[in-house]
Order: sequence, then structure tokens, then C-alpha cells
Amino acid sequence: MIRINNLKKAFGPHQVLKGMDLNIPAGQATGVVGPNGAGKTTLIKTLLGLVKSDSGDIIINNIQLNGNYDYRRQIGYMPQQARYPEQMIVSELLSFIEDLRGDEAVFKEQLIKEFNLEPELHKQLRILSGGNKQKVGATLAMMFNPSILFFDEPTAGLDPRSSFIFKERIQKEKVAGKTMLITSHIMSELEQLVDHVIFILEGEIKYYGRIDDLLKENRQERLEGAIAKMMEEPA
Amino acid sequence: MERTMMMNPFLISQFRTRHLTTLMSVICLLFLPLLTVAQSSSSEEGKVGLSKLALAIEEADSGATLLLEPETYAINELQINKPVTIDGQNRAVLDIGGEGYGLIVKGDHITLKNFEIRNSGFGFMDDYAAILVEDSRNILIENLTLTNNFFGIFVAKSEKVEVLNNTIISNAERQTTSGNGVHIWYSKDVEVHQNEITGHRDGMYFEFVEGSMITGNNVYSNIRYGLHFMYSDDCSYIGNEFRDNISGVAVMYTKNVIMRHNRFVQNWGANRYGLLLKEINDSVIEFNRFDTNSVGIYSEASNRVQIERNEFYNNGTAIRMMANGVDNRIVKNNFINNVFEVSTNSRSNFNHYEGNYWSQYEGYDLDRDGVGDVEHRPVRLFSLLAERQPLALIMLRSLMAGLLDTAERVFPVLTPKNLVDLKPVMEPIQ
Amino acid sequence: MRVYWQILRNEFQTLFRAKWVLGYGLIFLLLTDTLFRFSGGGTEVWVSVSNIMLLLIPIISLIYGILYIYQSRDYLELLLTQPVNRSTLFWGLYTGISAPLTVAFIIGSALPIGWHGGLASGSASQLFFVLALGSLLTFIFVGLGFVMGLYFYDDKIKGFGFSIVIWLFMAVIYDGLIMVIIFMFGDYSLETSVIFITMLNPMDIARILILMEFDISALMGYSGAVFNRFFGSNLGILVSGGMLVLWLAVPSWVGLRIFNRKDF
Repeated sequence: MIRINNLKKAFGPHQVLKGMDLNIPAGQATGVVGPNGAGKTTLIKTLLGLVKSDSGDIIINNIQLNGNYDYRRQIGYMPQQARYPEQMIVSELLSFIEDLRGDEAVFKEQLIKEFNLEPELHKQLRILSGGNKQKVGATLAMMFNPSILFFDEPTAGLDPRSSFIFKERIQKEKVAGKTMLITSHIMSELEQLVDHVIFILEGEIKYYGRIDDLLKENRQERLEGAIAKMMEEPA
Repeated sequence: MERTMMMNPFLISQFRTRHLTTLMSVICLLFLPLLTVAQSSSSEEGKVGLSKLALAIEEADSGATLLLEPETYAINELQINKPVTIDGQNRAVLDIGGEGYGLIVKGDHITLKNFEIRNSGFGFMDDYAAILVEDSRNILIENLTLTNNFFGIFVAKSEKVEVLNNTIISNAERQTTSGNGVHIWYSKDVEVHQNEITGHRDGMYFEFVEGSMITGNNVYSNIRYGLHFMYSDDCSYIGNEFRDNISGVAVMYTKNVIMRHNRFVQNWGANRYGLLLKEINDSVIEFNRFDTNSVGIYSEASNRVQIERNEFYNNGTAIRMMANGVDNRIVKNNFINNVFEVSTNSRSNFNHYEGNYWSQYEGYDLDRDGVGDVEHRPVRLFSLLAERQPLALIMLRSLMAGLLDTAERVFPVLTPKNLVDLKPVMEPIQ
Repeated sequence: MRVYWQILRNEFQTLFRAKWVLGYGLIFLLLTDTLFRFSGGGTEVWVSVSNIMLLLIPIISLIYGILYIYQSRDYLELLLTQPVNRSTLFWGLYTGISAPLTVAFIIGSALPIGWHGGLASGSASQLFFVLALGSLLTFIFVGLGFVMGLYFYDDKIKGFGFSIVIWLFMAVIYDGLIMVIIFMFGDYSLETSVIFITMLNPMDIARILILMEFDISALMGYSGAVFNRFFGSNLGILVSGGMLVLWLAVPSWVGLRIFNRKDF
């Protein structure tokens, strides 16, 4: 579970998170949507401790964040742009992170197989295609079987086949009861993957609830339409 | 060998004087031991106040050898004025007891050897010495150990004096309360060989000495100069080592000096020089080694000095050549690892530099003849700056100093334009 | 601790795979080898090595420190999303970069001793001195590079610009200013203040330590009392060494502080 109270963060004069409150129960798959620069990535990075909040509380799986780091053992994160040390070989990177955490990468083989990464394992990361790097990122995020997963624009660089495989995998994780946060600009994709949605605009949560309710409220068939409608409303 | 001597120690007498409280014994050996005894005992009572040693000398025949017992004799200003040999057999000690001179030698053919003299007096007016040699000829001082004396050996107005293989040690702390190890004044044909001199004011001091030869001495840790001479023409200094003397070596107002194969080592500090030349003319300085001195050679108003085939190694400044000297030749020396190779105080140069090896040389030898194709300027701009403001030394080895030096080497503005070695050699000279 | 060693090991692997660290070591190897050939292995070799070292190590380490931060932003973010303490990560990266550079320098400088028949007598301590000082400089300037890289995390041009300016300032301008002070106010008693000022610049401190090792005969030719007491006793070594350690501690501490508070 993830609980956020009055979370604020400014980069210089620019207030990116304006006092956010959020409560995500365990096992819930949630989409995070909003226009560019609304604060989606900042929110996820704050949850990860990459960004330090100015004020407010974050509690993840009953652990209050205060500069501690061990709670991250329970989080898998797949960044927006997957870039890794270029000289490193894929298999090295995977086992390096494995050694670093000291955890057993229970799904490592399985993910490599699913994403068809075997031919890439002995290549240096700099010669990998963008899509393959994304898959490496997804593998890193999921191979330790964490209870919480963050995906930041996960399918952006993937070809349709890989994208399909990836979504299959997400479904599996969802069934396994993972708490998930997924940001995406592709609303149709989110509709497939998550039941709940957070709509962020200018650092504030404009909507948080079930997608079904959102559609009903706005009398829309599709999420895309509902969001677009919300964005048109005066703030 | 005028007479054959036999060794037969014999105790002559015992008495006390005001100055002497030690039991003394003098053994006088003559051709017939019995005669010795008779002579000694007969004159004993008539010469009250004279020490046994004095008596023995008094009674010795010309050319006799006095053998000393292995014990301590108290002496004070003991006169030796006839041709005798005093031999301490390496175990006798003469103790002056802290007042006045020890032995006063005035004569011809006198030899002192194989004993120790200690504890001369010291004074501000008198140059008290362990041994004073005055108005004498053919003197040999050999194998003595002189400890804790004001002056060690003081030679005045004498000829043919040989100082050989002595160890002269004091523990001077201030210049005013210490004298020189070997001090020679107004003398001719002096030979000083293989002595070890330390802890005095000047290790060796010569004034108005002519035609003398000084070799193989080891002079170190004296509190002024290791070697100091003036007005002493035609002398040679060969194979000596001068180490860690507070002011190094200073020689002045002299011509026809030869210095070869000496080592001038570790004379560190402000105004300390391996070798200071002041008004030295027509002299030769060859095959010496100047190692780790603040200044290797400091030359002032010296002319026609040949400085050849010396090693200048690891000095602050290898040669400091003041511009008031002319026609000195600095050739075929090795300048290795000195901070400043040559420094001077003028933009003019009247000396000649040629065929040296300079480790700071940055030129090349394309025709492979062993001689650099471009000239070497051994005077760095930075040495000039350090001269004006010695504190600038703290900037040594900085990029700043390097830039200044390089600029100056390309366009000499402040350093002497014609102080160059046109034929710097590429390899150190063996 | 385990995490620290993992990061350190990974840095070593990555750095040595990037050939230029080997090139960096090779520079010193060629340098010492050439010096051995031309001057026979005595003190001169280590004097020259120290000269090059004073020039090369600060700029290379500084540039590499900052370059590393800029090049590995994603790598940093990857590591930061792992259950890893930021401080541990910082020390791992910092030592993981400084140490391979140091190793390249040490091996490069010392290896030629092997085929040139060992050290001349008395130069073992000089070798140790030069290597230790070079290592210290590497750590100091990698640390400074880290600080610059972290401080100007999003503005590479500014970061590089300031780093070059810092180097130029420490290597040339600072010394120029001291020279100006010495020559403008030479009539006053400046010794203490000039020594104090030089002790604030790590490149000057390193240079002065080398002076004390190799040029003491020239330094002792100057009669200033403070100067003599400083350079003639262990005081100089102690103060310089202390200041250099301070220069090691302060940038790495500042770097750590920025790193711990930084938003990635």
C-alpha cells in the first residue's frame, strides 16, 4: 500500500507537487495520467526517494519514508528512458544488480525468456536497440518479484509484439496481487491494464477513482474522451 | 735515527704542583737504561715545578725519542724546543686541564705522535691551542687525537710542518668560544694530510701560507668554514671532503690555487656555499664534486679561474657567478639536478661557458655528434626573481615559474644575453 | 559494506574496460621508462615524474570526476532505485573512480622499475613519496570534479566551464597573484602570510611538498626565519600534509552532502 499526505515539492520557483493526498491499497493497479509536466514522474520519483519532498508524508507498506532505503526492496521500477552503463554487458548488468541487492532474482530466467532477451544477453548495452533496453528495464523491475511496481511510460519504445508480451506480463503481475502504478499517454492501454486512475493537473490530483466511475460521471465511452474533457474544464 | 732506543718504562718521581694534581710518570729511554735513571734522579730535586714530562724533555738528548706510558699526564704550556720525538704509543693522554696552551713547539726536527691531547684553555684574547708550533722547521705532527681544545694545532711563522693523520674533535657551539682545528699563519711548505677535523670554528684556517699541500682530509660539521684561507698562494687542495660545515668553504685573496678531487657536500642554509671564492685569481678547480649545497660555487671578483670537469649535483644553485670577475672558464662540467644551474647579478657576462652537461638542457642533437644543436642558457629568469625577492622561492616548480622561464629563454630580456653554453653536451661527462 | 564492494568492483571493471584508463597509465609508463633510459634511475626520474604529475593529475582527475557524473546519470538513477544507502553509493562511486585512476598511475609509474633493474639506492622513499602524493591528488581532484558535476547537474557547459576555470585558477592564476603580492609588498614581512596563502591551494601544497623532498637545498638558501622553520623542520611536512588531507576531506564531504540531498 501507498499512502501520501499533503506531499509538496518545488523545483526552484516551480511548484511541481502542490500538497497531494493519496491512498492506494495493496493489490490495486492504478494508472497515472495527466498532461506533460503535470508531475507524474516527479510523484513516482518521490515515492522512490530519487526526489526528496519538501513536506508531507509518504508511507509505503507501513514504512514511513525518511531517507531510509530498505523499503525499496519491495519496489520494482522501470524508468521512462532506459539507459545503462554503455560498456556493460546485459547479463553482467543483471547479475550486478542481483549481487547489489543480495536478493534472489526469482523471475530472471522467466522474464528473459518471455521478452526474448537471450540473444541480447552477451551484448554490450550500447549496441542494444531502444526497445531491447526497455525490456532489460522491465526485467530489472520485475525479476525480484517485488510487491509494488512502478512503470513510467513502459510501452513507449516497444514494437507491437513486445508491447503485447509486456502487457501480458503486467496482467500476470496484477493477478498475482501486485500494487502497481503505471503512467502512460496511451489511454487505451491503461484501460486494458488498470482499474483505477489518478488524473494529475499542475501538481494536483483532479481525479482519483475507478475508471468505470470516471466514464460514468463524464458520460464517456472511453477513458481518452473522459480525460480530454477534464483537461478542457477550467481549473 | 740518531740513536737506538730501548723501551724500558721507568717511574722517575712523583710530586704535586699547583696546577697538576694527577699522578704522572715519564719514561725516558736512553741507550743505557741505567744512565737514564741516574740522570733523572740526579736532576729531580733541582727543578721543582717542572712536570715529569718537562723534565724528560729537558734531559733528553737531541734526537731522542720519548716514549709515554699509557696514562694521563697533566701538562700546561709545555715547551719543546729541541729535536725530539714524543711518542704516546697510542695510549698516552696529555690533559691541559682547561687553562692555557698544551704543547709549545719551537725548534727543528720535532715529532709528536700517537697520543691524545685534551682540554686546552679558551680565551677571547689568546688563541690557546693544544699544540702551538712557532718559529719552527721540520715539524711532524702525526697520529694525534686532539679533543675538546680551543684551537687544535696552531702553526705560526714556521716551515716544513707536516700535520698527518690526526683526529681533531671539539664540540664548539658558538663561534666566539671556539677556535680552529688546524690554524696556520705565516708559514711555508706546510703539509696537511689525512686529518679528520670536526666541531671547531674553522676546520682548517690558513693565512699567509705558501706552497702548501693539503690532501685527503675529512672536515665536517664545523661551525664556520670547513676550509678558510686567505693570502695563501701556490697551495694545492686535493681529495679532501668538506661536509656540513655551517658556512661551507671560503677562500679569499689568493692566486695559483689548485683544488682537485675534493668533495663539497651538504652545506645548507642561507649564505652557505660549497665553495666561496673571493678574489681568487689564476687558479684551477677540477674534478671536484659539489653535492647538495645551497650554492655550489659562489665566485666574487675572481679572475681566470678554470672550473673544469666538476660535478654539480643536487645543489640549490650550482654556480653563482658575480659579474665582477672576468675570464673564468666553466668547461666540461656536469650540472645535474640543480634547481638553478647558474645565477648572476648582472646582464653582462665576461666568463666563458662551454661543453658542459646541463640536465636542464632542452635542446636536441640531430646530427648525433654528442653536442646539442642549440645553445643552452643556464640562467633562469626565476633565479633572478628569487634573488630580488627570496620569498618567491616558494613558487619554485609552479607552472607560473615555468612559463616565465620559457618566455625568457626564447626572448632574453632580463637575463644575460651572452651567458650561454654554445656547445652543451648531450650526455654527462664521465 | 557488501553493497560498497559491489559498486567498487563494478567501477573497476567498467573503467578498465574503457581503454582510456589504460592509456592514462601508459602515459606514466612511457614517461618513467623514458626517464629511466635518459637519466639512469636516480632522483631525476622522480623529480620529473612529480613535475608531470603536478600538471596532469589534477586536470585529468577533475575532468574525469565531472565527466563521470554527467555520463552516468541514468546509471546513478538505476542504482538509486535499488535498496541502497545514498552515502554508501556515493563512497562506492567516488572511490570506485579515484582508485582505478590511482592504480593506473601507480602501476604506470612504478612498472618500468622492473625492467630497468630496480631502484637506485635512496630513491625508494622518493618513489613512495611521489606515488602517495599523486594518489592523494587523484582523490582530491576526482572529489572536486564530483562536487562540480553534482552541483551543476543539469548544466554541463557551466560545470565544465567552472572546472576549467578552477583548474586554471589553482594552477596559474593563484600563483600569479602570490607572485604579485610578493613583489608588490616585498618590503613588508610577508613570510607567514605567503606560506598561509599557499597552504590554501591543493596544487600549491602538493608542489611545496615536492619542493621539500627534492629542492630543500635551494629553499634553505633563503634566510627568512619563518621560512626556515617551516621548511627546515617537520612543521612544513605536517602542516602541508594536514592541509592536503583537509582538501581531501572537504570536497568529498561537500560532494556527499549534495549527493544525499539531491533530486535525481
